[in-house]
Amino acid sequence: MIRWLVGLIGWSLAATSALAADPVTIGVGYLGVAGTRSTLSLVEQPAENDGVAGARLAIEDNNTTGKFTGQRFTLEERRIKEGEDAVQAATDLAARNGFIITDLPADALLKVADALRERGTLLFNAGAIDERLREADCRANVIHTAPTRAMLADALGQYLVWKKWSRWLLVVGSHDEDKLFADALRRTATRFGAKIVQERTFEDKGGARRTDSGVTQIQRQMPVFTQQAPAYDVLVAADESEVFGAYLPYRTWDPRPVAGSAGLVPRSWDASQDQWGAIQMQNRFIKLNSRRMTPLDMQAWTAVRMIGEATSRTKSGDVGKVTDFIKGPDFSVAAFKGTRLTLRDWNLQLRQPILLVDGRMVVSVSPQEGFLHQVSELDTLGYDRPESKCKLK
Amino acid sequence: MWRVGLLAGLALAAAPAHAFIAYVSNEKSNTVSVIDTDSWTVTKTIKVGQRPRGIDFTRDGKFVMVAVGDDDTIQVIDAKTQAVVDSLPSGPDPELFAQDAAGKILYVANENDNTVTVIDLEKRTRLGDIQVGVEPEGMTISPDGKTLINTSETTNMAHFIDTSSRQIVANVLVDARPRFAEFKHDSSELWVSSEIGGTVSVIDPKKHEVIGKVTFEIPGLRKEAIQPVGIGMTKDDKTAFVALGPANRIAVVDVATRKVTKYLLVGQRVWHMAFTPDEKYLLTTNGVSNDVSVIDVAAQKVIKTIQVGELPWGITIAP
Repeated sequence: MIRWLVGLIGWSLAATSALAADPVTIGVGYLGVAGTRSTLSLVEQPAENDGVAGARLAIEDNNTTGKFTGQRFTLEERRIKEGEDAVQAATDLAARNGFIITDLPADALLKVADALRERGTLLFNAGAIDERLREADCRANVIHTAPTRAMLADALGQYLVWKKWSRWLLVVGSHDEDKLFADALRRTATRFGAKIVQERTFEDKGGARRTDSGVTQIQRQMPVFTQQAPAYDVLVAADESEVFGAYLPYRTWDPRPVAGSAGLVPRSWDASQDQWGAIQMQNRFIKLNSRRMTPLDMQAWTAVRMIGEATSRTKSGDVGKVTDFIKGPDFSVAAFKGTRLTLRDWNLQLRQPILLVDGRMVVSVSPQEGFLHQVSELDTLGYDRPESKCKLK
Repeated sequence: MWRVGLLAGLALAAAPAHAFIAYVSNEKSNTVSVIDTDSWTVTKTIKVGQRPRGIDFTRDGKFVMVAVGDDDTIQVIDAKTQAVVDSLPSGPDPELFAQDAAGKILYVANENDNTVTVIDLEKRTRLGDIQVGVEPEGMTISPDGKTLINTSETTNMAHFIDTSSRQIVANVLVDARPRFAEFKHDSSELWVSSEIGGTVSVIDPKKHEVIGKVTFEIPGLRKEAIQPVGIGMTKDDKTAFVALGPANRIAVVDVATRKVTKYLLVGQRVWHMAFTPDEKYLLTTNGVSNDVSVIDVAAQKVIKTIQVGELPWGITIAP
């Protein structure tokens, strides 16, 4: 009887300490841009909550764990409109949140990072794939969960080379980001021994992406645009601006596969990814958000999960402690990609496998077999330590 | 207990060639392969529900239970007729499960809704649910039957659940993506494998603390390819076998020192394992190569490979 009582007291004490009355609250902000961009394909049109929906799921996941660790996570979303000041919005968010997930253009992100540097807020870039944010313009208070253009291009290039489709016809859009993606693809071709047999530019002459007259003209234009090309194995399109890429598959003059911005596309995530336990995560996401999960959702999910992982390992909600742990050598996060994800300590870019998808299925996952590296095969994707121009400060 | 063990040992020694029956769940084929350990051949392939994974005999050896995740249930196979005869009311997407020593209560990890479902095996009814972490997976019960262990893959914890009150009494943080939990037979340690972390955590089940870790290193193989999942421990608690997933190897671990003594090359992407009751053989399921490796436990050698269905996952052997 006495032993039973002692046992009971012991148990209730353990229970009290495990489920502390006052959980530590960890505030996470989400800063994005209002409005969505237009895509050529209606099914790829991003939802208004693209990105933040992933953060929301990760907050739920963290809170399920938080029940056992006495930590509670909150999410505060801010969307800036055209002409609104990102720094002001970020500073306001930082007053209540030690961590901010961002989906901002590169210049706005840099301004925010510099404005919040003294405050110690840790930023997670979930949206911008620009190389310069990890290279010359890298910042010590910005962690990148979004892959870079070079990582995406290398992931695609490794597969094309493995497939022995090494003669590329490169078609580049006329906008700046198209040109940046083309730069990345050229670098990939040089690294992995593919040959760009010819480059063509597709000028954006403006106009609507959807019209009642439909695809009649496109069906005539695309074969003409791609005719008289030198012998090539695959057409690689650089069209981040969504002007022509999706019009290319099945319409090229020569019967050739399309890759890059259409056809076989490199992405951090896809709604069809179901390997490595991802199906549970996809199901949770659909249940919570009533739609399928996009790469941006995943990049935001991963950022919030990194915070949750670090707070549960350090048993702390202190931003400084958590930041040190995330940047430290023992940090890794599981994100349904078959391998642990870690940070490149020289520029705070998250190493990650890249999926190659066709819109319905995951065709392959890079790095491809045989692309070796002395540290991590994931570092065969994108700029490696010796090439890096980043000096973290 | 000791006497029973001795008697059983004598009985086995007396019988010249003792054949056992192994059941293997094939995740992709939606089948269960039946293997005869005398001839080492597949004697029957049973059609089951969608995505069969966790598989176990009932304590009396009469039935085999198999979790068919995509059908949200656990099917019951009659071991005599080798046909599906019933199903159990698990929660959504059951993956692994554990039963108490008496074989009366079944605890099921439901990956999709962060719960463990409690089922009365005799009445085949649902008794209740226990809320646990994100993506519950590994399940085991302490040898004294008092504590149920559940591991949650995204929460990265081993939850200690009191089987009488069905309340969580402790949570122990382990490395990323814990998949499988196994007690030493003397209850002194709980071993939990972390697939993404690449380690096995050794937990003191009384203090609820990680007291050590088993780590793995295979020359020429990148660290990321070492992904521990299934664990098997010999009855004398001296040797543990750990399946290392895409490393295509089983690590032989000296339990006392927690050091790997040998790596055995098996098929590709090795998931789970089961000993024959006489502990002469250990059978492993190799997901990608669609086969089962047979390990001679004493010699610590792979002696045979048996082709089964597509993506074999779980395995159980008749008691």
